[in-house]
Amino acid sequence: MLRTFRADLHIHSCLSPCGDEEMKPFAIVTQALAMGLDMIAICDHNSAENIAVFISAGHKRGLAVIPGMEVTSKEEIHLLTLFERQEDCLALQDLIYQNLPGENLEGVFGRQTVVNERGETIGINPKMLIGATLLSLEQIVSVVGSLQGITIASHIDRQAFSLLGQLGLIPEGISLDGLEVSIRTSKGEAQKRFHDYQRFSFVRFSDAHRLEDIGKNITHFLLEKTSSDEVKMALHHQEGRRVVEQ
Amino acid sequence: MTVFDIFKSFELNVRAGKDRLHEEVTGGYASDLLSDVIAHSRKGNIWITIQTHPNIVAVATMKELAGIILTGGREPDADTIKKAEEEGMPILISPLLTFELVGKLYKIGISGMSPC
Repeated sequence: MLRTFRADLHIHSCLSPCGDEEMKPFAIVTQALAMGLDMIAICDHNSAENIAVFISAGHKRGLAVIPGMEVTSKEEIHLLTLFERQEDCLALQDLIYQNLPGENLEGVFGRQTVVNERGETIGINPKMLIGATLLSLEQIVSVVGSLQGITIASHIDRQAFSLLGQLGLIPEGISLDGLEVSIRTSKGEAQKRFHDYQRFSFVRFSDAHRLEDIGKNITHFLLEKTSSDEVKMALHHQEGRRVVEQ
Repeated sequence: MTVFDIFKSFELNVRAGKDRLHEEVTGGYASDLLSDVIAHSRKGNIWITIQTHPNIVAVATMKELAGIILTGGREPDADTIKKAEEEGMPILISPLLTFELVGKLYKIGISGMSPC
């Protein structure tokens, strides 16, 4: 039985250097539930070290948390990646870590806090997570596909770090699963501006770096249950699953 | 001035479009944001960038640019070379960083402002 689920699948935790320190499991889950969300995804820059504790924190309170990561390609394009299984997300993280040069400058970019479920700091990630990997757009899309994941081009309406900002147009034959539009661009405006790309599914997520932004830009999905595989089916209009236009 | 004159002046390496170096250069544009190149480059410009993705060929062809120079010794992706050969778009590479190369190009008379 299909029903509509409210999803915000692009939220940064305190692990992202630009994410607020308050972006911890209990607070994020509380805010997501208060905003009436059924499903969220934690997508930190080039790292998934906080996903397990968020999944567990969400599970206890009836909120689905999808494992994910926001990967930066060598062209400096941000790509939202989502997975059904944590192991697959962590397999991508291994590849990212082998291809991510540099060390974080905490004073410049911010602190990269690894937390436990109670929100206590258990480590600081030393890598320069804000930097670009050495992997091309095509390589990332292909690896994510082989891990049965989803790749969505982040905030294509923004100039900075977006597929259209960096590369001007969407390369032919690329198997992206969807395009994300940020809160800055209205639905009507997006339809006009991205008319040429109607073959892709469009989604809207908050890209929240602060608690108050969670759930402010969301997508309704018609699914059987909350899972990354179901979202993937919706993005490709399979078996009745789809994005519900509001 | 043609792409060939630039190639000769700076001993650049050609990676694609060897037989298309006779195009007249109307000016230069330096940027790594392809959306910016689409918005601001002009027909016949020589384009200086560090992006190596195949889309540089699509953008240069669409804007009818005279050619692309990759700086810092960056090599075009294999698909980029293939596409450039198909489209007849010259790709040259220079070991110089963008700032240095643009300075040298300016000195030999290539301006950022195209006449048209």
